[in-house]
Amino acid sequence: MHSQSTIKSLEEKALTIRRGIIEIMANGKRGHLGGSLSIADIIAALYFHQMRIDPKNPNWEDRDRFVLSKGHSVLAQYVALAELGFFPREELKKVKKIGSILQGHPDRLKTPGIEASTGSLGQGLSVACGMALGAKIRGKDYRTYVIVGDGESTEGMIWEAAIFASHYKLDNLTGITDQNRLMASGSTIVGSLSPKWRAFGWETKEIDGHNMNEILDALDWALTVKNRPVMLVCNTIKGRGISFVENNVDFHHCALTNEQYEKALRELNEKGGKK
Amino acid sequence: MQKMEDMRDAYGEALAQVGEDPRVVVLDADLSHSNKTDIFKKKHPERFFDVGIAEANMVGVAAGLSLTGLIPFIHTFSVFAVGRVYDQIRISVCYQKANVKIVGTSAGLSDAHDGATHQSVDDVTIARVLPNMTVIVPCDGIEVRKAVRAIYEHFGPVYLRIDRMPVPFVWESMENCQFKIGKASILREGSDVTIIASGCTVHLAVKAADQISKIGIKAEVLDIHTIKPIDEEAIVKAAKKTGAIITAEEHSVIGALGGAVAEVLGERYPAPLERIGIKDKFGESALDWDDLLKAHNITAEAIVDAAKRVLKRK
Repeated sequence: MHSQSTIKSLEEKALTIRRGIIEIMANGKRGHLGGSLSIADIIAALYFHQMRIDPKNPNWEDRDRFVLSKGHSVLAQYVALAELGFFPREELKKVKKIGSILQGHPDRLKTPGIEASTGSLGQGLSVACGMALGAKIRGKDYRTYVIVGDGESTEGMIWEAAIFASHYKLDNLTGITDQNRLMASGSTIVGSLSPKWRAFGWETKEIDGHNMNEILDALDWALTVKNRPVMLVCNTIKGRGISFVENNVDFHHCALTNEQYEKALRELNEKGGKK
Repeated sequence: MQKMEDMRDAYGEALAQVGEDPRVVVLDADLSHSNKTDIFKKKHPERFFDVGIAEANMVGVAAGLSLTGLIPFIHTFSVFAVGRVYDQIRISVCYQKANVKIVGTSAGLSDAHDGATHQSVDDVTIARVLPNMTVIVPCDGIEVRKAVRAIYEHFGPVYLRIDRMPVPFVWESMENCQFKIGKASILREGSDVTIIASGCTVHLAVKAADQISKIGIKAEVLDIHTIKPIDEEAIVKAAKKTGAIITAEEHSVIGALGGAVAEVLGERYPAPLERIGIKDKFGESALDWDDLLKAHNITAEAIVDAAKRVLKRK
């Protein structure tokens, strides 16, 4: 059970992340908006509640690991990392500028707090499997978290990793699918994901990926599963939180007009949270 | 009869030795018997993982392991080790400088029976073009042993390419083989022509040098085991000294040893060059590896002929 104050504070963090994503896209800067907004609640839950991390010591050996396999949604992660102090907030203004520590996709060598360089879809789950296996080999009790896209799950490599994690009983790995049902150019073609993961030997739970209580419960439940990896299939809405962006593939990768930018911020501000 | 050793046997032994370090983890894609990783597996079963026939995942898992401070060595045939998983190596290994050792066996034409689908003619070229990658092609069992120790000590992505058949020893002993990543070894001194070879063609280069010495041509022989970073200074020095260069490799001449040497000569010290290797072709089945090498004109005789040609162009 989670206290109302915990839920409320995490919901505010999610709003802060959404607001931060929009602010990064000020002045017509392009970004992967839809998929960043759909993971904002999950990112808030992981970074501000679930994961054992220390922003002052990003290379702490016993930290939990997080891999954003759907690397294009990194704007959400950047806001969370800045909020936690992995790097100064000022850096958010420089996203994608030449020489910036914040690249268009996650870069572990440039950005404190990024654990794996991703962006070529399908690879992050395998990398996360390696981190989870590494913990077992080295007798470490850290946990590895990985967010996979449902569009990304069309990649064959995802299912190679699914077989591997199941065979080697990686019960220290929590997979999270951002099931927003849209790819860049329309509906996903991957079909029902929960039955697929179960068929591959994973424990699964399907939840509302925008309901903080459900997210926290599911993340806790994952810790209790033994001998199997866990996939939390999170039903989400691409573009969640901004009316005209929701479920609209035009905003998969986009620039906002000044008008859209103002409207987006207004909508988020109306929802409350720290401004 | 020359003393010979299958490079894979040397590899398996050497891997088990560096595997005494608990950070070394070995992954194989269902070829542990052929790749001789089963020697390591027997000694350290807790650090050996068969990923099944899933090379892409093997690369990703290795990258993840390396990011936790472990030193993964991953294995499959050369023909699958790079080309099949090029993007996984590009992003998950090279781009993020993951300390992964990629070992491709049954290289070049050495899996003669299995034909073109199992013969790697392009792996060195595509590995070499990747930023942060080191590419090593040893010439015999002794050099394999040295290379395994060196890549284990070197931090960063490495592609190591070894054959599957017995090859004659080029080096007499571990003590006399001076192996350093990125540094060519001079096997024969000579002043008329330089033969630069890698992998199983090195012993052919030595044989060719011996043959042409009989007709009064003094050939220098360089063993360039490290295709990247290539030893530019050794190549320029050779070009200045002999003014005529031959490269020999069990690989396409496009972009690998022959290509790399051509780049160095072109930019730094132009000299006539003849390249022995596979001429923009796939392989094919043969019952005998030697027959296949002959069919592709990768022989000591071909090197001798190339020497005669290149000398005329001086």
